[in-house]
Amino acid sequence: MTPPPTTSVPTARAANEPGSDEPTPVVGAGTDQIVAHPDEFSLPEAAAAPASGAKPSATAAADAASGGAARDGGRGQFDRLLDPPRRAWRVLTSMRTALILLFLLAVAAIPGSLFPQRTINPLKVQEYYAAHPTWAPILNRLGGFHVFGAPWFAAIYLLLFISLIGCLWSRVRWHLRALVGRPPAAPSRPGRLAGGSSWASTLAPDEAVVAAGKVLRSRRFRVAVAPPGATRAGGDPDHSVAAEKGYLRETGNLIFHIALVVVLLGVGLGSWFGYQGTVLVIQGNGYSNTLISYDQFSAGTLVDTAKLRPFSLDLDDFKATYEANGQPKDFVATVAYAEDLDAPTKHAEIRVNHPLSIGGSKIYLLGHGYAPHFVLRDKSGKTVWESYVPCTPRDGMFTSTCTVKIPDTGLPPVGPLRSPQQLAFTGFFTPTTIVDPVQGPVSVYPAAVAPGLFLTGWLGNLHVNEGIPQNIYSLDTQDLKQFGTDGPSGKALPAQRLALNDPKNRTMTGLPGGMSLEVDGLREFATFETKSDPYKNLVLYAAIAIIVGLVTSLRVRRRRVWVRARPAAGTGSTVEIGGLSRSDAEGFAAELTALTARVRAATEPPGPPPVATPSPPAQSPPAQSPPAQSPPAQSPAATATTEDATEASGQAEPSAEPDDQNNPSSTRREP
Amino acid sequence: MAVNEGLAHLSDHLVDGAMAVYAVAMLGYAAEFAFNRIGRTADAAAAAPRAESAAKTALREPALVGAAAGQASAAAGNVSAAAPAVTSAAAGKAAGGSGSAGDAGEAQPARALLIGRIAVVLTVLGWGLHVGSLVTRGLAAHRVPWGNMYEFSSMICLIAISAFLLLLTRYPVRWLGVFLVFPALVYLGFARTVLYVPAGPLVPALNSYWLKIHVVAAILSSGIFLVSAVTTVLFLVKDRWEHRLAEVAAGRAPVSAAMRNRGGIVMKLPASASLDTLTYRLIAFGFPIWTFAVIAGAIWAEAAWGRYWGWDPKETWSFITWVCYAAYLHARATAGWRGYKAAAVSLVAFSALFVDYYLVNLVISGLHSYAGV
Ligand code: HEM
Repeated sequence: MTPPPTTSVPTARAANEPGSDEPTPVVGAGTDQIVAHPDEFSLPEAAAAPASGAKPSATAAADAASGGAARDGGRGQFDRLLDPPRRAWRVLTSMRTALILLFLLAVAAIPGSLFPQRTINPLKVQEYYAAHPTWAPILNRLGGFHVFGAPWFAAIYLLLFISLIGCLWSRVRWHLRALVGRPPAAPSRPGRLAGGSSWASTLAPDEAVVAAGKVLRSRRFRVAVAPPGATRAGGDPDHSVAAEKGYLRETGNLIFHIALVVVLLGVGLGSWFGYQGTVLVIQGNGYSNTLISYDQFSAGTLVDTAKLRPFSLDLDDFKATYEANGQPKDFVATVAYAEDLDAPTKHAEIRVNHPLSIGGSKIYLLGHGYAPHFVLRDKSGKTVWESYVPCTPRDGMFTSTCTVKIPDTGLPPVGPLRSPQQLAFTGFFTPTTIVDPVQGPVSVYPAAVAPGLFLTGWLGNLHVNEGIPQNIYSLDTQDLKQFGTDGPSGKALPAQRLALNDPKNRTMTGLPGGMSLEVDGLREFATFETKSDPYKNLVLYAAIAIIVGLVTSLRVRRRRVWVRARPAAGTGSTVEIGGLSRSDAEGFAAELTALTARVRAATEPPGPPPVATPSPPAQSPPAQSPPAQSPPAQSPAATATTEDATEASGQAEPSAEPDDQNNPSSTRREP
Repeated sequence: MAVNEGLAHLSDHLVDGAMAVYAVAMLGYAAEFAFNRIGRTADAAAAAPRAESAAKTALREPALVGAAAGQASAAAGNVSAAAPAVTSAAAGKAAGGSGSAGDAGEAQPARALLIGRIAVVLTVLGWGLHVGSLVTRGLAAHRVPWGNMYEFSSMICLIAISAFLLLLTRYPVRWLGVFLVFPALVYLGFARTVLYVPAGPLVPALNSYWLKIHVVAAILSSGIFLVSAVTTVLFLVKDRWEHRLAEVAAGRAPVSAAMRNRGGIVMKLPASASLDTLTYRLIAFGFPIWTFAVIAGAIWAEAAWGRYWGWDPKETWSFITWVCYAAYLHARATAGWRGYKAAAVSLVAFSALFVDYYLVNLVISGLHSYAGV
C-alpha cells in the first residue's frame, strides 16, 4: 500500500465527490460516514473547511473581530471564552490522543514488572533497598515500588478514560441517530465508486429504483428509496436508493468501550468497598470475621470495619498430599462454619482453586505448615506452659523455622532492674528428617513422616508486653543468653535434636530452674484469606460484555450501497450501483458483485440478458440463494469502471472526511 | 499417577522427528523460491521497464483484487482471515502473471512446483509427528499437554503451523511456508533445548479447568499473533520494495544490485496492501481470543489466589500486550497510521508478547512461576 496521505483534507475532498463533474453537497454528506475514520474529531481544521460550515469557535472569532457580538446576542464573547477548553477537549477526545495514551499506559506499566512492588512482595522491596541504597529512595519517591498506585500512572489511565468517555458521548449520540434515521443519501454517481457499475434498463427511473430497493431489502439492508417527486440540490429529479447494513458493528464497538469504563468503575468501587484479611489457623482452632482476629487486615476507605459480617470458621482437619518427589498434589482443609452469629453450623472443604463463599466474602486457602506442640514443665514435672506453635515454612520440603516465646516461666526476676527471666527457643523443624553429614538435619519430604526439631534455648528479657509490637516469628536476642541443655543429642549442648515420634528422644532437660521442654505432638495449620469485593460480579459482567462487544465489532462489517437511476435518452433509464465498506474492501467487493448481479437482473428487461446465466424473474429476486451462485460481474460495464473506480477507492480508503459527523458535534454544542 | 516414561520418551523423539521434517520442508519452500528466481534470470537491462510495470501493478492491485474477488472467491468473502492473500494471488493468476509483476508471463518452473508440493507434504508429516508428540506427552503425564513453558512453546508452534496448513487447504499461500516454518522451527528448537523439562504432573494451583480454558486461549492467540508478526515483517519488506520500484519507475533512482539479486523473492510476495490486510485480519481474529485469555486468567486467579488482578509481572505483561494490540487496531483505524506505522505497532505488540512468554518466566518471575520453567 502506498503510504497514506498525511493531509487527509484534500483526499477526503476528492473522495467525497466521486462525480466531481457537479458539485454535490449531498454526496459529501453521504459518502463520508462510512469511510469516515473515527479520527474525525481530531481534525478540527478539516471540519472548519469553509464549504461545510465553520465550527462555532471560528464563527465566534470572526464575529467578534467584525464587532458582530451584538448580532450574536453577545454569545461570541462567551464562546471565545470557551474556546481553549473546547479545543483541549477536542484534542483529548481524539483517536490520536487515545492511541498515544494507550501507548503511555503500556510503557508506564513496564516499571511495575521490573521493580519489586510493595503490594506484591514488601520483602523484595526491602532487599532492593539493601542492594541499592542510593537508588531505592529516589525510586520510592517516583512511585517505583507502587507503580499501579502512583499518581502518574493514575493520571494516564484517568486521562484515557476521560478521553474515552468524551469520545463515547459523541459516538453514542451519532449511533442512536443513525439507528433511527435513514441511510445517507446516494452520491451523484455511485457507479464511480470502487467496484461500481452501470447499465441500461428498460424500466423508468422510478420503477428501477423501486426494484433495486426491493432487492436490497431482501438482502437485509436497511433501505431508503427517494420518494417520487424528490429533487436533488440542482433541481433534477432524484431517483435513488440508499441502503446500509451492519449497524451491529458500531453497537458492538460501543458496548466494548462502555464495558471498559464499567470495568474501571468496578475495580475502583471494589477497592473502596472491599477488604481482605489473612489469618493462620491451627487444626482444631478457628477464627471469626472481626478485625482483631486477623493477623493482617486491609480495607478500602469506605469499609466500616466494625460492621463486618460476623461469620466464624473452625479448621477441623487439614490434609496435604504429595507426589513421590515431594511436589504438592492437593491440599484440603475441612472446616465447620457459621454464616452469622446464630446461624447453624455447616461443613465444607476448602482447597486451592476452590474457595468457600460466605455471603459476599470468599475464604481462600493460601498456605499451610506445621505447628509442633511444646510443653514446659517445672522440676516436679508440673506443666508450666504448653502450646502449639506454628513454624514458618522455608522450602518446598517444609523445613520450617520455629520461634517459641514463653514470657511466664515462673522464674523469679533478677538483677537490680528486676528484669524478668523469660524463655525462648529457636530452631527449625523438618517433617521428614534425615541427618546430612554436611548440612546436618534436613527434610527430604514435605509430609510429617519423621518429624524432627533442632532447638536452641534462650534466657532473658523478651520485652513482650512493653507496648512495642513484635514479630512473633522472629526473636531479638539482644537481651537474651543462650543456655546449654541435656537431651537426645548429649549433655550441656547449645542445641538438641528432638524426634517428635519417639517419646524417649523428644525432651530437653537441664533448662534454667531445672525445667524441661517436651515436644510431644504435631498439628498442621492453614492460612486463610478472607476477601470481600462486592463489585467483583460487576467487573465479571463487564468483562463478558467486553468480549461480546469486541467479537461483534470485529466480525460484523458495515457497508453501504447506493443505486441511482437517470432517464435514458430514449425510454428506460441508466442505472448505477456503487457502495463502500470501511472495514473489509475485498470481502465487500465480492458482495457488491453479487448484489450488482441481482439488482441488474431486477432492473433489466426480461429479454436476453448479456450474462449467460438464468436470471431470476425481474421483480422477485431469490433472496435465499447464496451470493456465490449469482452471476459474477463479467459484464463489460463492470470491468470498464473498475479502473476509474480504483482511483476513487484508492483515495476513498484513507479519507477521513469528517464534515458530516463532525458538524453535529461542533454546531450542536449548546452554549 | 506415575509418569509413563516410555510414552514420555516417545514424545521427545516425536518432537525431534517433527523438527527434522519441518527443517527439510523449510528447505523445500526456500528451494521453491530459489528455483523460481533462477527460472527468471533477472537481467539488468530488463529490470527497469519491468520495474515500472511492477510499480503500476502494485498501485493497481486493489482493483485487481476487487475484480478477481468476484470470480475467484465470492464465497471466501469476509469469513476467512486469508481472503486477501487469496484474492491477490488469484488476481495475479487471473491477470496472466502480471500480479507477480517481475516475471511477467513466465509460468512457474515445473521443478519448483514439485519441490513446493513436496515441502507441503513434509509439513503435513511434521505436523502429524508434532501432534503425536503432544498427545503422547499428555498421555505420559496424565494431563493436558500444556502445563509448562516447553509445552506452551510447542503448542504455539503447532497452532502457527496448523493455521498455515488450514490456510493452505483453501488458498494458494505456499509463499508463506518458508517464512512461517523458519520461526516455528527456531521457537521449537529453543523450547526443546533451553526450556525443556521432563514430563511431570501439575502443581495444584495449575490444576483447574480454568487452566485449560485460559491456556488454550492464550496459546491459540499467541500462535495467531506469531503468524501476524511474520506477515508484518513481510509487509515491511514488500512495502519498501514497492517504494523503491516507484522511485525507479519515476526515474528518481537506479535499479540497485540488491533489487536484482533479491527481487525474485520479494516479487513473489503478495502486494503489500494484501499483506497489510492479512496482518489486520489475523490480529483482529487473535485479539478477542487474547482478551478472553486475559479475562479467563483473571477468573482463574480469582479462584486460586483470591484476587482477579494483582499486577504480578505475568499479568502486567499480558496487559501491556493487550494494550499494544488494542493500539494496533486503533492505529489501523486512524488516518495516517495505516501501513507502515501500524506495522511498527504490530511488531511492538509482538515483542511485548515475547517478553510476556519468555522474559517474564526466565528473568522476572512472580506467582506464575510454574514449577521452574
Ligand atoms: C481504554 C482504552 C481503549 C481501548 C483498550 C480501546 C480498544 C479498542 C479496540 C480493541 C478497538 C478495535 C475494535 C474495532 O476495530 O472495532 C477499538 C476501536 C475503536 N476505538 Fe477504542 N479503545 C480505547 C479507547 C478509545 C478512545 C479513548 C477512543 C476515542 C477517541 C476510542 C475510539 C475508538 C473507535 C472510534 C474505534 C473504532 C475503530 C474502527 O471501527 O475501526 N477508543 N478500540
